[in-house]
Amino acid sequence: MPTRTVAGTTVEVNDEGFFVDPAQWTEAMAPELAAEEGIAALTDDHWTVIRFMRSEYAEKGTGPTVRVLGKTSGVPVKELYQLFPKGPAKIAARVAGIPKPRGCL
Amino acid sequence: MTDADTHTDTHPDAAGAPSRPEPITKVSIVISKGSLDGVYPGLIMASGARAEGIEVNLFFTFFGLDAVHRKRSEHIKAATVGNPGMHMATVVGALPGMSAIATHMMEKKMTALDIPSVPEFIEFISDTGAGIYGCQLACDMFGFTQDDLVDQVQDIITVGEFYEMAAGGEIIFT
Repeated sequence: MPTRTVAGTTVEVNDEGFFVDPAQWTEAMAPELAAEEGIAALTDDHWTVIRFMRSEYAEKGTGPTVRVLGKTSGVPVKELYQLFPKGPAKIAARVAGIPKPRGCL
Repeated sequence: MTDADTHTDTHPDAAGAPSRPEPITKVSIVISKGSLDGVYPGLIMASGARAEGIEVNLFFTFFGLDAVHRKRSEHIKAATVGNPGMHMATVVGALPGMSAIATHMMEKKMTALDIPSVPEFIEFISDTGAGIYGCQLACDMFGFTQDDLVDQVQDIITVGEFYEMAAGGEIIFT
C-alpha cells in the first residue's frame, strides 16, 4: 500500500489517493488535500460537507453518493458542484480522508 | 515501434513502464428510446459521469424526447411486447394493462433502491451541471416546441450542433 505525507504526517493511501484508514486523517490535513483538488480555501460550506462525509462513513462504513449528499447533507446539489466542481462525493471523500464512495447513483 | 506498441491505448512513461490510459473527461449521451429501459440507462450513465467530474451533455431524440416532455416524462412505461428481457410471452405482454403492471412492479423495485422518477432524475442531472438538449428534427416531427419540454432543457439543437458540442469527448448512443 503506498504512503504519502500530508501536513507532516505519513498516511496510507490507495492507488487513487484515497485514505485507507480514515483514523489517520486530521482536520489539519484538509486544506492541503483540498488545494491538491484545486480548492484554494475551505469555506464553512466545504466543512459542512467534509464533516457530513466523515459522520456518514463512521455510521455506515461507506461515504454518501452525490444524490445522498444532495438529499441529506443540507447542501443542495447545485451548490455541492460549486463547492467541489470535479465531483462532490469523490472529491469531498478525498479531502475528508475516507475511501471513495461506491454506488451508481 | 513494435507491433505491441501500436495496439495499446497506454503510453509508456519516461522509464518505459506502461502508464494508465487517459481518463475520460467528457461524454455526450444520446437517449433515443421512450421506454423505461430505454431512458434509465442513459440517465444513470449521465449522473455517474457527473459524479466522476466528467463533463456531460444529454441529447434527447425521437421517442427519447418523452423523457423531457412536460406531460409525458412522468408516464414512461416498461415495454412488455418485443422485449425478450421481460421473460414474458409476446401474447401475454400484449394483454391490456400488462405494460402498466410491469411498469408498476419495476417502479416499486426502483423506489426501494432509491432510484428517482424520470422528472426528478432529469432535475438532479441538470443540477449537477450537465447540459440537456432536445433534437430539432424529432421536435419538428412530433410538433414539439421548447415550451412542451421541461424547464431543464436548455435548447433544441440540430445534429450538427450536437457534434460541435460533443467535440473532444466520447459519444454514447442509447
